[in-house]
Amino acid sequence: MDLNELLQIKEKELAAQKPHTLRCCMAAGCMSSNSQAVKDGLEKAVADAGLSNQVEVRGVGCMKLCCQGPLVQADPAGALYERVTPPDAASIVGTLLGGATHVGKGDPHDPFFTKQLSIVLANSGVVDPERIESYLAADGYTGLHEVLHEMTPKDVVEGLVKSGLRGRGGAGFPTGLKWGTVAKSPGEKKYVICNADEGDPGAFMDRSVLESDPHSVLEGMAIAAYAVGADQGFIYVRAEYPLAISRLQTAIRQAKQMGLLGSAIFESPFNFNIDIRIGAGAFVCGEETALMASVEGKRGTPRPRPPFPAESGLWGCPTLINNVETFANVPAIIRRGADWFASIGTEKSKGTKVFALAGKIKNTGLIEVPMGTRLRDIVEQMGGGAPDGGRIKAVQTGGPSGGCIPADALDTPVDYESLTKLGSIMGSGGMIVMDQTTNMVEIARFFMEFCMDESCGKCIPCRAGTVQMHHLLTKIIERKATLRDLAKLEELCDMVKHTSLCGLGQTAPNPTVSTLRFFRHEYLELLQPDTHGPHGNGAVTQPPVPA
Amino acid sequence: MAAKTLTIDGKEVSAAEGATILEAASDAGITLPTLCHLEGVYDVGACRMCLVEIAGTPKLLPACTTQVSEGMNVTTTSERLQQYRKMILELLFAERNHVCAVCVANGHCELQTLAYRQGMDHVRYDYCFPKWDVDITHPLYGMDHNRCILCTRCVRVCWHIEGAGTKNVAGRGAKAQIITDLFQPWGESDTCTNCGKCVMSCPTGALFYRGATVGEMERDRSKLEFIVTAREKKQWIP
Repeated sequence: MDLNELLQIKEKELAAQKPHTLRCCMAAGCMSSNSQAVKDGLEKAVADAGLSNQVEVRGVGCMKLCCQGPLVQADPAGALYERVTPPDAASIVGTLLGGATHVGKGDPHDPFFTKQLSIVLANSGVVDPERIESYLAADGYTGLHEVLHEMTPKDVVEGLVKSGLRGRGGAGFPTGLKWGTVAKSPGEKKYVICNADEGDPGAFMDRSVLESDPHSVLEGMAIAAYAVGADQGFIYVRAEYPLAISRLQTAIRQAKQMGLLGSAIFESPFNFNIDIRIGAGAFVCGEETALMASVEGKRGTPRPRPPFPAESGLWGCPTLINNVETFANVPAIIRRGADWFASIGTEKSKGTKVFALAGKIKNTGLIEVPMGTRLRDIVEQMGGGAPDGGRIKAVQTGGPSGGCIPADALDTPVDYESLTKLGSIMGSGGMIVMDQTTNMVEIARFFMEFCMDESCGKCIPCRAGTVQMHHLLTKIIERKATLRDLAKLEELCDMVKHTSLCGLGQTAPNPTVSTLRFFRHEYLELLQPDTHGPHGNGAVTQPPVPA
Repeated sequence: MAAKTLTIDGKEVSAAEGATILEAASDAGITLPTLCHLEGVYDVGACRMCLVEIAGTPKLLPACTTQVSEGMNVTTTSERLQQYRKMILELLFAERNHVCAVCVANGHCELQTLAYRQGMDHVRYDYCFPKWDVDITHPLYGMDHNRCILCTRCVRVCWHIEGAGTKNVAGRGAKAQIITDLFQPWGESDTCTNCGKCVMSCPTGALFYRGATVGEMERDRSKLEFIVTAREKKQWIP
């Protein structure tokens, strides 16, 4: 494969395009509400109407407004049909012949769509994720070609540094710096890993990217491998994502057939293979050292860092490990330039971030917004606020490692620093909206229970500490706790945070700490008077009121 | 190999490059509390007892797995560290059923000794009182999960000194437990060589010689030390 052949495939694909396209969402959300039958129905209706030469029915990835699925969009008319059922297919095809349809239409000019800026999701809902030609028609793999033929590995790393891209897995480590460290680490053999073990409750960004545009992740990984000098990559994806796994397998097979993965890619000396490793359902395997142990076939438990994976990772070799969304940003940065990317977002957080909007909100789905967008714009304008006249009480970001941001802090811009300042984190992109009916202590207990169940059991603070914190939270909810128990809880939060081995334990207290910070009165309302008097260690009791 | 100089608790200390803070401290006569550390097998940094403060590093790091570096300034004892250590011990005692009065290791138990040393005179957390089994299917040894602290010393000696690979960890979180082979009764294990190194390595009364009664479980670590020194240094200590 050389550039000419690549461009020929692209031209051929574009030339074969029919005047009309009906894009039908084939991501997991819509497929769970029968979009496969909708697509089959559309194909049959097109054939029955004799429009096979005029209309293409294309299965595409996520079209973002998941709560209204299955979604079908007609091009070039732009009409977006919502909650389509298989019997609706004929009337939707009929509209192309001037007919009418009763199928509900969404408004593509709703802020939910207009306020989005798509870099990672640019191909999502547009290209057919199961056909590499569709990705090539959208300029796919030209970034990899440019890198292999016109840039040195050092140029690539410098470009990434200049773009200001930061890790999208949650912690926000500068991607260029990480790539540079792995590139400089001595070693014959190096690895690139894509972390697709998305486990936060309510988060589905990475799944959607893999289901909608798997090739952008593969291209990003190949560019990374060239930059750091790796020849083997792994995608660690959780077993709960069967559709993403099958699309990745298809994508890898097609890329290999075309010579875009494997040996002598683009007729250069660069070799790169990607294998898939499937997780077995442990949340902790999203932690990089546990993930690598799992890839090696060992029990998925974390180990102390340093040494960091960049120095000593998979089988002791320097290893680059990035999140799905991070890799998916890379091809666009190469194609459109670091300066373009750096012009989006805030001073310290560049580019866009994909969020999975869920919870008590009207428009549930996927959004991609520039960094620095206010939370209020996201939940009130794009999300449409709480349904059924509810009032938004808090927004939870970062899953079990994050915190709850109260409604009066909604003017906060979404960037790494601002969210950390509020005691939450950017996280991988789950955003759960809560309304006035939500009990914040229950929320804290829910996430603590999650961490308790998912603790690997290796280090004592996380294994035994989460059990005790969960027990104390339960005691509070059951109105059996006193101020002394609350003091114990806060002391444990501090201790588990500072002494746990890995990120799971270190962040497990975050939802509790942040709800205690912003919704302390909800805890205090549940406490009982201390009947034991001011004895014992660290007792915090109120002095008796003199008669 | 280049030597590094560092400060531990205000004391100037030199250590070989690649040595851990724990090694450097013990060379200098500074004792750190440890539970999962065992001479002769690699460290896992799991018990968090040896966490130390390092100037300029925001996180507390385990002394057993952190290598020394030039000019490092280490604090091994502070009010905060002591408090955390005490809390870790309290969590351990509340987690399973550690009843010293009826334990074979009473008086020879590292957990008990540490609790005395760290001044842990009572447990402020509610005891979990879990129901764990005792495996006495092996003709020579027994395993009482009620007393296990999951330090994984037995797993490490079994794999890396004996090379049998009998012991392992199954389950996760509070439900994690030490198993033999593929979760079989110890007595039915095909791989166990009856060497007893796991029993020698155990810090508590979880692994014991059958027939031992309260307070009788003294451990003889000299065998482990003998093998490790012979292998690593080619010295046959008498």
